[in-house]
Amino acid sequence: MCTGIVETAEVSGSGKGQHGWFKLEQVNVSYDHPSNAPMDEALNIDFVNPKDGPGARVAVELSPESARKLVKIILTALSQTTMAPSNEPNRA
Amino acid sequence: MHPYTTDMYEGMLAETIMLPGHDGEIINAYYARPLGPGPFPGVVLIHHMPGWDELYREFTRKFAHHGYLAISPNIYFRFGHASPDDMSAKVRGSGGVPDVSVVGDIDASARFLKSLPLSNRKVGVFGTCSGGRQAFLVACRTKSFDAAVNCWGGNVVQPKEKLTPAQPVAPIDYTKDLSCPLLGLFGEEDKNPTPESVRQLEEELKKYGKNYEFHMYPGAGHGFFYYPSVAYRPEAAVDGWNKMFTFFEKYLGTPGRGS
Repeated sequence: MCTGIVETAEVSGSGKGQHGWFKLEQVNVSYDHPSNAPMDEALNIDFVNPKDGPGARVAVELSPESARKLVKIILTALSQTTMAPSNEPNRA
Repeated sequence: MHPYTTDMYEGMLAETIMLPGHDGEIINAYYARPLGPGPFPGVVLIHHMPGWDELYREFTRKFAHHGYLAISPNIYFRFGHASPDDMSAKVRGSGGVPDVSVVGDIDASARFLKSLPLSNRKVGVFGTCSGGRQAFLVACRTKSFDAAVNCWGGNVVQPKEKLTPAQPVAPIDYTKDLSCPLLGLFGEEDKNPTPESVRQLEEELKKYGKNYEFHMYPGAGHGFFYYPSVAYRPEAAVDGWNKMFTFFEKYLGTPGRGS
């Protein structure tokens, strides 16, 4: 399956890639062919910094069920903070 | 199929080369050819969405092993350089590779093969996944090819709302311009292209009286040639390769082993 399903957002934070920590600027979330996970399609998350080149990437490839669990626990963790909702722009 | 006996000499040269691609811009490509004077038919391989990777180098050498001049241009060249999976992610996150540069790069690769003294001046195009879609596209948008093979190319049939700046026209809309015979290999369990979208393409090919041959494999989905993945279906893959070599030999001439 070639879905072409990709959603993109600007993010801020740090990621640890093959050459150590780097500044994150963007996250790309796709549902398409994984490179490594043993499944036909996966929920692929790429944290990237386009300014540092294609190799500045932290990648995960999850089954849809795992991705939903991830979303749930992220929201659960965030709900326990007193942090105000983010107003960062979404470029999707 | 080219007969092989164990007393034959065979050899090949396989290497990365640079060549002018779309708009004359220099790109890199993986080129493999049998040793010997030829003449050999040629095949341009369009790599799949996961990138210009080891599998496509193997496929390129497989064609050379079977007696073809084979070239796989790096259609992601303009996006930079990193590992194939990082490049695939980069292209995916950038909205995909533009159809216009793909057509230009593949057309230029065909011209490169035909310019070689080893060439019999017949060239086919082969692609899988997004490369299958692009193989159909270039066979419609150029007159450079004598045969085309679309392996499970998704998004040949594309609703208007799915069109993007990089892929502004659904390839099925170019069917009337298809300029060479087409072989299509598909899996019955594929979700893109679905059997229904393959049927739609077939209807369009019939409508314009095109020369085509489609095979739909039961028990196979998307990417059934890819032996390193869970998508691999050995029986369908072996049959698919055989059908492809038979098809190319019919329209490109007899391949050689470079004796």
